[in-house]
Amino acid sequence: MIRRIAFGTVAVALVLLGAYAAFYVAPEERTMGAIQKIFYFHASTAWAGETTFFVCFVANLLYIWKRKPKYDWLGVTCAEVGVACITVVLITGPIWARPVWGIWWTWDARLTSTFVLWILYVCYLLLRTLVDEPERRALLSALFGVFAFIDVPIVFGAIRWWRTQHPAPVIMGGPGSGLDPVMKKVFLFNVLAMHVLAAFLIVERYLLEETKYDVDMLQREAEAR
Amino acid sequence: MKNLNSIFAAYLIGWGVFFVFFVSIARRSSDLRAQVERLKRSGPKEK
Repeated sequence: MIRRIAFGTVAVALVLLGAYAAFYVAPEERTMGAIQKIFYFHASTAWAGETTFFVCFVANLLYIWKRKPKYDWLGVTCAEVGVACITVVLITGPIWARPVWGIWWTWDARLTSTFVLWILYVCYLLLRTLVDEPERRALLSALFGVFAFIDVPIVFGAIRWWRTQHPAPVIMGGPGSGLDPVMKKVFLFNVLAMHVLAAFLIVERYLLEETKYDVDMLQREAEAR
Repeated sequence: MKNLNSIFAAYLIGWGVFFVFFVSIARRSSDLRAQVERLKRSGPKEK
């Protein structure tokens, strides 16, 4: 328990330090001004969400291969944490876009593929509520999870493959792209902070899934008596 | 700083989403732990 509290405290401290660095360490962007500071939170949360979906994808494949419940628990855990991250991305993006673009939303490739990603993983979670039998539920959701992950590389590539309203990539964007060195350090620190927060939430959510399994076992024992 | 309200809104709503998610995990977890205790207590009585 003390380890979990310490982990949570470190995660929150890193996120707060990341926000401090975004506001007080990173220089103000020349054309957008202060509103660009949302980028440090928005983009780092998006990265953490996509990493979480990758772990979900690996857990789904492992479940299909090995059929062990722990991979199903990890899959649903990561899907939920990923949905929380992408929800934040879909909220903070329009708050940034309104003053910069003059519109809250546009159906360009990056925004649409991110919205589709959110819908796909919400469907993954809904699908689990529709199937009662645990093994069938785990297999169906693992298969759906593998399918849903196809959208993650599309989200990543959308601003590289097509011209979009969304800004071009500043990290891994090829020649001509890049960030001011201080901005880059602050951004990478925020990426680390959001990954630690996501890891903390994954641990907490995974333990919940373990307890659910214990309840199921005890209920089955009680019914068999 | 221009657009300060938007920046604060983005950070506060974002942190709020994570906080609500964490609270929902904690509540579900405490409900399940209570259920485990109930099931463990009810077990030996029925024997």
